[in-house]
Amino acid sequence: MSALDVVTAVLVLGGSTLALTAAIGVVRFPDTLTRMHAATKPQVLGLLLVLAGAAIRLRGNADVGMVILTGLFTLITAPVVANRVGQLAYREQNIRDDLLTRDEMLEFAEEREPGTNGQD
Amino acid sequence: MIIVWIIATVMLTTAAAVTMFRLLAGPSTLDRLVALDTLVAVTMCAIGTWAAFSLDTTVTYGLTALALISFVGSVSVARFRVPDTDKPRVARRLR
Repeated sequence: MSALDVVTAVLVLGGSTLALTAAIGVVRFPDTLTRMHAATKPQVLGLLLVLAGAAIRLRGNADVGMVILTGLFTLITAPVVANRVGQLAYREQNIRDDLLTRDEMLEFAEEREPGTNGQD
Repeated sequence: MIIVWIIATVMLTTAAAVTMFRLLAGPSTLDRLVALDTLVAVTMCAIGTWAAFSLDTTVTYGLTALALISFVGSVSVARFRVPDTDKPRVARRLR
């Protein structure tokens, strides 16, 4: 078991641990925004750890480029989905007000006509 | 080294099974969408672990395809879904 194997093992185990904690968080947390907070862990960091481990194991292979491309796509697309889902959850009030320490979208919500629910 | 793969497999399988509960029981469609994103991420972690374990690089193309398809699916659901409730928005209290 070489040093690179140890690095691969640590990376893969770290990614798996993040996936497990995120799954527990998605089930246990009370509202949509906190569930999104938990779900982001394996989406970006956990996946990147596992992909780094895979890239180290597959070093020298031509298909490592696809692994790197997958990490790049995930990094680019995860914020877009999070933005859409978070905005929808806020507008439809799938959130608990008592868990918010600060509500910076409140002033924008007050400006809009009440009763507008959903898309712009 | 084999114990690492066994531990990772057990963790990822447990994560997928636990996430499936929220996917089935989520009160709103947004909760289901978040759970589905988590499930796809766990699946991608599992495929990456399989590629690292077996040194089989044919699955890496599936990994890239899954990343793109899940993005398109999530954005489509967030854009075109029907809201769960049609009750009007109530004003938040100021703190």
